[in-house]
Amino acid sequence: MSLLEVRNVSKRFGGLLAVADLDMTVEEGEIRGIIGPNGAGKTTLFNVISGTYRPTSGDVFLDGNRLTGLRPSRIAGKGGVRTFQRSAMFSDFTVLENVSIARHLHARESLFGAIVGTARGMERANEVRALEILDFIGLGEFRDELAPNLSHGHQRALGVAMALATEPRILMLDEPVAGMNPAETERMTRIIRRLRDEWNITILLVEHDMKTVMGLCEYITVLNFGKKLAEGVPAEIVSNPDVIEAYLGSEDILGDDEFAA
Amino acid sequence: MSVPSEPASAGLDVGIAMRRFAPLLVLAAVLAALCVLGFELKPYHREIAIVFFINVIMVTSYRLITTTGDWSFAHVVLMGAGSYGAALIAKHAGLPFGVVVPMAGITAAIVGAAFIVPLLRTAGFGFFIASFAMGELVRLIWVKVQFPFGGTRGIINIPSPEIVGLRLSPPVPYYFTCFIVMLAAVFIMWRLDRSRIGNAWKSIHSDDLLAECVGIDVARYRSLAFITGSFFAGIAGALLAYRMGAIDPRNFDLTTMIYLIIWVVVGGTATFWGPIIGLVVVTIAFEWSRPLLEWRPLMFGGVLIFFLIFLPGGLESLVPKVSNALRTPPGQQFERLRTWLTTFASRT
Repeated sequence: MSLLEVRNVSKRFGGLLAVADLDMTVEEGEIRGIIGPNGAGKTTLFNVISGTYRPTSGDVFLDGNRLTGLRPSRIAGKGGVRTFQRSAMFSDFTVLENVSIARHLHARESLFGAIVGTARGMERANEVRALEILDFIGLGEFRDELAPNLSHGHQRALGVAMALATEPRILMLDEPVAGMNPAETERMTRIIRRLRDEWNITILLVEHDMKTVMGLCEYITVLNFGKKLAEGVPAEIVSNPDVIEAYLGSEDILGDDEFAA
Repeated sequence: MSVPSEPASAGLDVGIAMRRFAPLLVLAAVLAALCVLGFELKPYHREIAIVFFINVIMVTSYRLITTTGDWSFAHVVLMGAGSYGAALIAKHAGLPFGVVVPMAGITAAIVGAAFIVPLLRTAGFGFFIASFAMGELVRLIWVKVQFPFGGTRGIINIPSPEIVGLRLSPPVPYYFTCFIVMLAAVFIMWRLDRSRIGNAWKSIHSDDLLAECVGIDVARYRSLAFITGSFFAGIAGALLAYRMGAIDPRNFDLTTMIYLIIWVVVGGTATFWGPIIGLVVVTIAFEWSRPLLEWRPLMFGGVLIFFLIFLPGGLESLVPKVSNALRTPPGQQFERLRTWLTTFASRT
């Protein structure tokens, strides 16, 4: 059985059909890329899978469990978590506290427990795990820094660290390298690959930086006007006439200067 | 915000120890002073102190709800739910004080739970207005319904409080009753504020979409904060009902709610102690301004506007500034004052 299954999903905003009757399956252990011209429905699809939007019709399954209509917090509990295009963080807290808060699912506390403070041991275990995640992401040295004081690249990395803190099975990255310089992009790419190889996390990513997508993803789904245009390994995608057609008028598909912006 | 590194000195260890123990010492001194004052105060001032303790529970529980980013305008009505609950239970069921007070808290929590279900669909200004409307609805029910609420005349002859045969109604015992209940309530809310639950509340204020996506059930935690805050408002309401012996809908009207907002805005809500500082300062100002009775609404309106424009963080936001200034050499202080004045002038 596939880990993620998107079945006949449509999402309509008034007169606009942002995602049209889309089918897609992602196998466990994949690094899957979703690309497409602006307005193709990539982010909408992401929002539907993660529960931010409810689909107009169709269903999403994670490991056989139906996710449709669940809130993002419940989907996170089932192992599906997303990151954001923007630098999303809890601004009043330090880097370590941000990751600690994101371990919420593994640190349930009752009202009574909170008042008498029964959860000391659990909190210590949580902090150990949070530090492990920060070290892996390369933010260990900034643990006591206030989150907004981090550089842009580090803030995006913190977003990934917080998603990892929920212990996901599938990690959905919304433009993980947007606005990063080449060195930061390189580091993030390496982290994503290691997450799959060493932590067995399935990756689904939306990205505009074609060089990153082609280098990182083994399998790519191309969307256009909310429909699936093509699916295949990177070599097939770059030589697919439909894909080239869809990107025509904007620029060459590997003209990375424009796309990296 | 970069803090300039302090020069190494022999006084550093003392400084660290001071910073760690100073709050505890201040707290102990305040508590001891309040115990002594319970016996020493003049009757009039003791009454003010009793109302002050009740209001401490109000501002602290109000601040607890604001940590999620929800500014309610129904908090005083929820206090009223506790007052009415306490009055009716004490009168008709004849239960003792020690049972009635928690039950009044639960009554307010139930009313709060009914409020928060529709309120969850709103946020920000919408929440503020919708909670005001719901509060007024409940207040109208008190005004219009004769049985059991007594309409505009409210409920009179509330039994005087007793605990195991001990009469609590004389001023000194009631002072200490309110003092102890306030300490317990504040302690519980302080523990919640520092717990993982408190952090979940603050994370919703900071970024609710992110909070939801990392597994925090935003609707559930907003409800939890509102219901917990309502519970403590109900406790405060019970203490008030017992003190006055009679309550009516006017005790819980808009004016009281506006005062609650003034206390909280003057103190600031970023820290746990901010609203209490605001309450202390405004209470003292309120007493000093007694000769200018008819000017009061204007004065406090002015105070509210002044704080919203010039000190939106409240008095608590001055604490780090003042302690920073005390640690800087005088020359730099002058420099800092100059930059502050320049930025201030350019802003207005």
